[in-house]
Amino acid sequence: MDVNVVIAGAAGEGIQTVGSIFSKAAARCGFAVFSWQEYESRIRGGLNSYSIRVSTSVRNAPRRDADVLLPLRKEARAKYRSWLNPRGLLIADERDDTDDVTEIFVPFSKLAREKWQNPIYSNTIAVGALWSVIGGDFEVLQLAIEDEFKGKAENIIKSNIEAARDGYLFAEQSCQGICSWKLEKRIEAGQPHRVAPTIIAGNPAIALGAVKAGCRFMAAYPMTPATGIITFLAQHRKECKVFTEQAEDEIAAINMAIGAQFAGARAMTATSGGGFSLMVEALSLAGMVEVPVVVVLAQRPGPATGLPTRTAQGDLLFAVHAGHGEFPRAVLAPSDPYDAFHKMVRAFNLADKYQMPVIVMTDQFLADSQFSISNFDVNLAKTAGQPHRVAPTIASPTEFSTYKRYALTPSGISPRLYPGQSKHLVTADSDEHDEEGHITEDLEGVAVPMMEKRLRKLKALREEIKPPEKFFMEDDVEEVFVGWGSTRGAIFEAVEMLRKDGKRVGALHFTELWPLPELCPLEDFFPQKATITVIEQNATGQFATLLKREFPIGSIKNMLFYNGLPVTAQDIRRSFYGRN
Amino acid sequence: MVEISDFYSETAIQWCPGCPNHVILNTLKEALVELGKEPHEICLVSGIGQAAKLPHYMKCNFFNGLHGRALPVATAIAVAQPNLTVIVTTGEGDCYGEGGNHFVHTLRRNPNVTLFVHNNSIYALTKGQASPTTPTGEKRSLNPGGVAQPPLNPLAMAIIHNAAFVARAFALDREQLKTIMIEAIQCKGFSYVDIIQPCITWDPRPLDWFRKNVKRLDSSHDPTDMKKALDATMLPTPPILTGIFFKDGTRPVFGEDFFLETGFSSLTEPPFPSTEDVMGILEKFR
Repeated sequence: MDVNVVIAGAAGEGIQTVGSIFSKAAARCGFAVFSWQEYESRIRGGLNSYSIRVSTSVRNAPRRDADVLLPLRKEARAKYRSWLNPRGLLIADERDDTDDVTEIFVPFSKLAREKWQNPIYSNTIAVGALWSVIGGDFEVLQLAIEDEFKGKAENIIKSNIEAARDGYLFAEQSCQGICSWKLEKRIEAGQPHRVAPTIIAGNPAIALGAVKAGCRFMAAYPMTPATGIITFLAQHRKECKVFTEQAEDEIAAINMAIGAQFAGARAMTATSGGGFSLMVEALSLAGMVEVPVVVVLAQRPGPATGLPTRTAQGDLLFAVHAGHGEFPRAVLAPSDPYDAFHKMVRAFNLADKYQMPVIVMTDQFLADSQFSISNFDVNLAKTAGQPHRVAPTIASPTEFSTYKRYALTPSGISPRLYPGQSKHLVTADSDEHDEEGHITEDLEGVAVPMMEKRLRKLKALREEIKPPEKFFMEDDVEEVFVGWGSTRGAIFEAVEMLRKDGKRVGALHFTELWPLPELCPLEDFFPQKATITVIEQNATGQFATLLKREFPIGSIKNMLFYNGLPVTAQDIRRSFYGRN
Repeated sequence: MVEISDFYSETAIQWCPGCPNHVILNTLKEALVELGKEPHEICLVSGIGQAAKLPHYMKCNFFNGLHGRALPVATAIAVAQPNLTVIVTTGEGDCYGEGGNHFVHTLRRNPNVTLFVHNNSIYALTKGQASPTTPTGEKRSLNPGGVAQPPLNPLAMAIIHNAAFVARAFALDREQLKTIMIEAIQCKGFSYVDIIQPCITWDPRPLDWFRKNVKRLDSSHDPTDMKKALDATMLPTPPILTGIFFKDGTRPVFGEDFFLETGFSSLTEPPFPSTEDVMGILEKFR
């Protein structure tokens, strides 16, 4: 089973409630659920959609073609009608004889008004209808509704369940002989928690990854689509125990994170492109004073304010080059929330080990979409320095009789202490400085060795950067799709589709982007006889540019998507055939 | 026992000979000795400018960061290590100009940080431009016809935001400067001292002009009376008044609630969360 349901309507109208109840219910049946939303930059109104993909095996990739379309208002029907598959079903509040679509007529607005005397019930009636169309068991839906309305008055919960039942029964009649799906319960009632996948979006996964990594401080200025990270930590402060502060601007946010890190606490900030632009000077500061800092850069289309609620991968070269002067950094780009969780642990460890900034790149699609994760293992990536953070990235004060914060070492890494840890004094200077952190004008004697010391760290860093994940990279491969970050699901699904079509396609997926890993032999990754096609959500082929610069690869083709919507396997497939 | 010599730094001082900054540096050392603070218990934070070089001239922990950004760094250090005595030494261009937004919001936050602003109403390091506190009509290199805008009134800003401690001192009134520094450092919360520090190289007004026109607040001034404190900052200048304008010890210190709630004593003290802790939060997503 692989069904894509699209709920569409105005913001604030109930798409969220309907989508959330439906997703929960499907997951409780033991199905994998993947959902993504596209919305306009406004609080109420506009036309938005919530796509929920229900499948037997995990399919963490978006689809933009609807098997079932549920428009909550007439305008939504007009806007999203074209998404419906030729054999798809439309759950219609009002009949439209001019449309040759198969309609499941459920007058949810009218029922809500007439029977329930309150238009608000139309949403629960609609979700009942949807559940019936998809062949779900009403009992499971009832549990999901109870969960959604937990804390509300008993009679409200009861009425909502009854309203959902109305929709369910009404649709059951209309569905006869039409709806063929059946959401068989795949797990026993009573123990769904054991088997049901974790359903989580990128932002909370990043927040949790930071918690796991021992992050104790986060400062940020609200900016879509990054805001969800600090929101999660602030709203779950009791369990997460991370100090959070809403900064006056992004400049303050990153300077605070650097201050907390200097004082020995793991700290982070998060923003989107515009805010990251403001942070750039401090990124260079972190490079100079060798203070670890983790910055999440949740991308959205630019330039400037761009499309605030849409998705893109347009800031890669910016992140790789951001900051004046030259200093080491790492840029990571997780592929899904599970990877994001572990990449945060990795980001904190790399930042600590090399005493440098680490940028974790996500995008609106990854930040907001709900992925299904089976067997979420929080220990897969080991956190350095367990169980206590003092070792090994923070040195022990007893190792030194005299301490120099910026001691010149063969690896370029100087043992790090923090102020207040011992009698040893700890310094940081944004000016070029000597081993004790004091301002210098000694060019040959101090400035040159210091620059070389910092850049020496890159050697070991590059050696531990992970190579890309391979997918269908068989001996027969004639075309290699190369991707990075959140497009993994779509690209791998496209490869599967094309393989079924008999095309000899494989894929490489990068989640550690800078420095680029050492790939030996290069032929194993970029076979000379194969066409290399880099698939990205930007208009200029930024990762392709980087690959060409760093590796002697003959020719690289671009496959670019920059309409602000997440790329789907179908988009890639269409583009593949359209081009050939 | 801590002594002045414990704070001695070998770094050669780059300030002009005779600059009142030397007095501020030495008075700060004296104040810290009187408070019994040792170098490792102190963290100086600064931005960029002549005053911001001070941390290099005093042996202690320090963070000399970016222009205008000392306060956010200091705020976070004070939260992460509440036992450190965190002091910001900065100029008025750094604090009120480049970092003006942080000044305003640090007043709101009330972190346990002491701020000393060396105010010479001039950009000295960049050779004599006007600063946010240059009096109207004063000639500066980019304002050959005199500065048109009125100067900022940072003390008034601090008072109306209920800062824990608001004072002005004069670098050449060493006795009062030391008293104010000691009280500012002792005060819990955000203590702010604007220090009149005449520039002997670029300011056309001679030191004697300052000696004549800087006056202590009347001894009857009550720093717990916000209205009177505010009035005192609004009087026509000269004279430039010095002393403790305002004190409010009632405001909660930034971060206090977090430490009360978690029982942590610093942000470095707690161990990494356990697998069970993380799995527990993850249960929300099942």
